[in-house]
Amino acid sequence: MSILIDKHTKLICQGFTGKQGTFHSIQTLEYGTQLVGGVTPDRGGEFHLGLPVFNTVHEAVVHTNATASVIYVPPFYAADAILEAVDAGIKLIVCITEGIPILQMLRVKAAMAGTDVLLVGPNCPGVITPGECKIGIMPGKIHLPGSIGIVSRSGTLTYESVHQTTQQGLGQSTCVGIGGDPIHGMTFVDVLKRFQEDDQTKGIVMVGEIGGSEEEDAAEFIEAYVTKPVVAYIAGQTAPQGKRMGHAGAIVTGGKGTAKGKIAALKKAGVEVCVSPTDIGITMKSCMS
Amino acid sequence: MNIHEFQAKQLFAKFNISIPIGMMADTSDSAISVAKKLGGNGWVVKAQVHAGGRGKVGGVKVANSIEEIAVLSDEMLGKQLVTIQTGSKGLPINALLIERLYEIKNEYYLGILVDRSTEKIVFIASKEGGVDIELVANQSPEKIMRVTIQPAAGLQAYQCREIAYGLGLKGLRIKELTSIMNGMYNLFMAKDASQIEINPLIETNDGKLIALDAKINFDDNAILLHQDILEMKDSTQEDYKENYAQKYGLNYITLEGNIGCMVNGAGLAMATMDLVKLKGGAPANFLDVGGGTDVNKVSEAFKLILSDETVKAVLVNIFGGIVQCDIIAKGILSAIEQMNITVPVVVRLEGTNVEQGRALLSNTEYNIFPADNLMHAAEQVVALAEAA
Repeated sequence: MSILIDKHTKLICQGFTGKQGTFHSIQTLEYGTQLVGGVTPDRGGEFHLGLPVFNTVHEAVVHTNATASVIYVPPFYAADAILEAVDAGIKLIVCITEGIPILQMLRVKAAMAGTDVLLVGPNCPGVITPGECKIGIMPGKIHLPGSIGIVSRSGTLTYESVHQTTQQGLGQSTCVGIGGDPIHGMTFVDVLKRFQEDDQTKGIVMVGEIGGSEEEDAAEFIEAYVTKPVVAYIAGQTAPQGKRMGHAGAIVTGGKGTAKGKIAALKKAGVEVCVSPTDIGITMKSCMS
Repeated sequence: MNIHEFQAKQLFAKFNISIPIGMMADTSDSAISVAKKLGGNGWVVKAQVHAGGRGKVGGVKVANSIEEIAVLSDEMLGKQLVTIQTGSKGLPINALLIERLYEIKNEYYLGILVDRSTEKIVFIASKEGGVDIELVANQSPEKIMRVTIQPAAGLQAYQCREIAYGLGLKGLRIKELTSIMNGMYNLFMAKDASQIEINPLIETNDGKLIALDAKINFDDNAILLHQDILEMKDSTQEDYKENYAQKYGLNYITLEGNIGCMVNGAGLAMATMDLVKLKGGAPANFLDVGGGTDVNKVSEAFKLILSDETVKAVLVNIFGGIVQCDIIAKGILSAIEQMNITVPVVVRLEGTNVEQGRALLSNTEYNIFPADNLMHAAEQVVALAEAA
């Protein structure tokens, strides 16, 4: 088994007929994901890429029985799109959109509290279970069905980790990009918990970066609950104080959220922390043998 | 986005937060006439730059006579102010805020920001005002008070009272603080701020609460929703390269080394800088060219990197996922050709069609070094920068 998604997952796309939605939906269909339709307000009744377009997420769910949704709508409309998906009964929402205002995300998170809906992202590459289901913008080709669970705040460093674990012949069970925004859905701990409980996952790669304290929380969780080998890499060791390094959440303020602190916490929890991002695959391989 | 103290105080005034009586000046003549208008016999002259730590380096000074106003404003205007937050070049002082001098009975700290771990807005307050609050938080965390705001309820009066009693305020001061906190909260929500700080908030000898200093940062993701804030932008206070990058949708941050870096993805860009450092080099910048890397973006990125003459070598690190490596290679070649680039460029490509991409980059007449892996690329670029 994988986590979050598998070959039975039925997916819809919000922002389906837009440029991003169209481009990535084509890739998603080619990968074999069960994309069953999409939503673009005022385009309901049309067909796009051979699939039905609906005006609302609610309509799409009623007609397709989709349980997952991927969001490509522009940043100022994305909070609304997430809440519409929650309201329509979607259980897994993957929000790719970058640049959502933080106060809007605070409201989204407050509105989602107490529901059983999972949100991945925003500002993330998405989720993939290789060979079964791809939701998001990651290149399908670099993946290999296998035994490593990957969780990361960065898109391209997820691809690096995937590439390296594929080269080592380990492959991946599921890869989850949790996103680079300060306020986001699933956390490292949420994903680590599922990897620990998943039979297919034999080892875990965790890629963190400067800012916030989720890596420290993950270290505590790993020490207490995770028995599978964990390899980690933390980006931003040379980042200056007070500067936002591309991702809205990647910022060191007041000496908090440094790579150094995160690395120390993870090492203390028994995690193999790579000094170089080029050692992720090889370190995982040696942990597995 | 950052704004100046005087702009922050204008916003404070709109949201009923009491500020000192003061006016702007950009010449010593105007400073003198402003001081005369303000009256009294003591003033504070404050350099308007986008950085904290001004007081420690002569950016905030007291004048006790009109003559002193003239001397101080002459000294400050047109200078570069180097503080702990500016980097070695400092920031230009183009304007001064002249304020009336107040007699201070107590100094407090009051701030509002988004707390990432609780995903809520919090107020932070301390009796230790006028000093570095991060230092207080680290050395004596018991001196820091926090109240967390429930999103559905908003800021409540009892929360303001809690802070007021914690600061030791009594009587009318409690009402004043409540009004200041409500003003800060309303401003924060209305303008998508990411942080508002009053440090210090003072209690004057005649018993009034005044925001002696004001600092507001805004959420860059929301800035397009607030034209009035966008108009406050002062590009003289920002790195010109960072401004240029913004125009072309590139994420760029100037650093102090000599190895230019061009990478797709923020995480990979940080990791590339780290690797350059690990191999003994020093990155000149952080640069994320983003997804959809095309010739135009690559050209603009090269322009940006090479506008810095200290750059001795460039490392291009692209993980071509959906974009194919041969297309990226062509983009890099055409940018190098168009721009007549002579510094060595090490290129690491990975992903779809990587062999074709590397083949295109080898055996050219240009100073290009295709690398077969990231580690090798970092070693190579560090060696080339050292040799230059």
